[in-house]
Amino acid sequence: MGGNIPLGFTDTPLGSSREAADPKWVQWLLISIALTFLGLFLILPLVTVFVQAFEKGIAVYLEAITNPEALSAIKLTILVAMIAVPLNALFGIMAAWAITKFQFKGKNLLITLIDLPFAVSPVIAGLIFVLLFGSQGLFGKWLFANDIKIIFAVPGIVLATIFVTLPFIARELIPLMQAQGTSEEEASITLGAGGWKTFWYVTLPNIKWALLYGMILCNARAIGEFGAVSVVSGHIRGLTNTMPLHIEILYGEYQFAAAFAVASLMSLMAIFTLIIKSILEWHGKRQMSIENH
Amino acid sequence: MRSISNKQHENERIQVMGLRKSKKTGFKKYSILPGFGLTMGYTMLYLSILVLLPLSMIIFYSSQMSWPEFWDTVLDPRVVASYKLSFGASLAAGVINMVFGVLLAWVLVRYSFPGKKIIDGLVDLPFALPTAVAGIALTTVYAPNGWVGSLLGFKVVFTPIGVVIALTFIGLPFVVRMVQPVLQSLEKEVEEASASLGASRFQTFRRIIFPEVLPAALAGFTLAFARSLGEYGSVVFISGNMPLKTEITPLLIMTKLEQYDYAGATAIAAVMLVTSFMLLFIINFIQWWTNRKFISH
Repeated sequence: MGGNIPLGFTDTPLGSSREAADPKWVQWLLISIALTFLGLFLILPLVTVFVQAFEKGIAVYLEAITNPEALSAIKLTILVAMIAVPLNALFGIMAAWAITKFQFKGKNLLITLIDLPFAVSPVIAGLIFVLLFGSQGLFGKWLFANDIKIIFAVPGIVLATIFVTLPFIARELIPLMQAQGTSEEEASITLGAGGWKTFWYVTLPNIKWALLYGMILCNARAIGEFGAVSVVSGHIRGLTNTMPLHIEILYGEYQFAAAFAVASLMSLMAIFTLIIKSILEWHGKRQMSIENH
Repeated sequence: MRSISNKQHENERIQVMGLRKSKKTGFKKYSILPGFGLTMGYTMLYLSILVLLPLSMIIFYSSQMSWPEFWDTVLDPRVVASYKLSFGASLAAGVINMVFGVLLAWVLVRYSFPGKKIIDGLVDLPFALPTAVAGIALTTVYAPNGWVGSLLGFKVVFTPIGVVIALTFIGLPFVVRMVQPVLQSLEKEVEEASASLGASRFQTFRRIIFPEVLPAALAGFTLAFARSLGEYGSVVFISGNMPLKTEITPLLIMTKLEQYDYAGATAIAAVMLVTSFMLLFIINFIQWWTNRKFISH
């Protein structure tokens, strides 16, 4: 969505010095309510995934994640993420450079435009590519005549994924580079370094943690995207099924243990994402505090 | 220091370049940094091909329908029922998240307890966990024979309550992450002053803390609400998708597409897009209002 979800380095760290004035029983009551809420909505579902995955034993679990259909779903998911994330990273760097290093008219409009995909339902994100490239779509006849398949094929999945994850990296880089200003780059150029050299030795070291952070979030969404991909994939087993679509099919066929086995792989990736995210946040804050002192 | 040297630099620049350069690049201020043409060009090209052109298809295809056709589609009883469910459930989930989000942010900022860092990291789980995984996991937990579902006296799965639960999961991080920095920057002295002037803890909360937190909580609520309106993956498993009862609007777009009713799908999508853009506007307004409040302090 538009506006800023404060995920990133501009947050202040969790304060430990802010001792509360509330009596102990109030503290424990509020903590208990908060943790119960988290338990019901986050922790129990997460634990369930692993319990259900191993309910029929290790053999069923291993079979579920190593059969050819599951493997091809895993491969396709990785392939899609490996195309979408670098492309959006390049776009994020380009857009952030244009927006934060120069002053021009219509800058806010451009930022809103970049945020637009967050305001669009994933299902609509899939639909627009069907309207563009589907058999009834704008380019449908031309694509058919030239024997190019986009919808119900891998290119459509890639396009829908790029659309859904487009803002992630740009929106991490823009506020950070805005705060860093242009003086370091100007000094570098004045001293005779070229544009590319300036970016590589001056800008990139300053934004590396935020860039990685954005890429991690982008990757998590690219891997897990369901609605948009579901519209454009056509659910062809072994060909156009990503991991989330594979989970849906298994679940629909009442193969719950297998569905949760694949889901457990995705949950592990999510937990891994959260851990890397915390590490990157810590690096980002440390870098900022070094710069400020 | 920085601004002075920038100014000097700017003066030199004006002397050297004269008026010729600034006239040439009218809409952009001159800068010695290179790469504007390349980065701006790439940004516009990327956005045009991947966002603007595809999104314009919604307008293009909706405009090919006649008005009666359009209204018949978007005001069909089954579609209207889905608006009601999507709106109502998103609203309910947003309110739940607003209350518990502020509470969570408060607990995470002000109190210390074992495992706090892990809990703080876990709040972002809905951003990292694929929605389909969340969907099947929530369905299992809240099913009549599930861990929580078996303890409840009423049915959750395949009812609107199930939809609310899925949307609460999806929107959980927004309010927490919006409110946390605000609580963090709230000065303790103000609260102490309030207490020393004889206000009770509750009065201090209502009069001092609550007004500071409200704009951030509202912004978080709106973000969660907007996300919930479009959410698909986590909802379709727990809702059961019964016509007129538990169908959300994005599901109807999907259903129309499966029947190759592209016009119908596009019409409903147009209604959803207009709603989303209005919400985008409201969010920007709330953020502008919040920033103005902070500046005027």
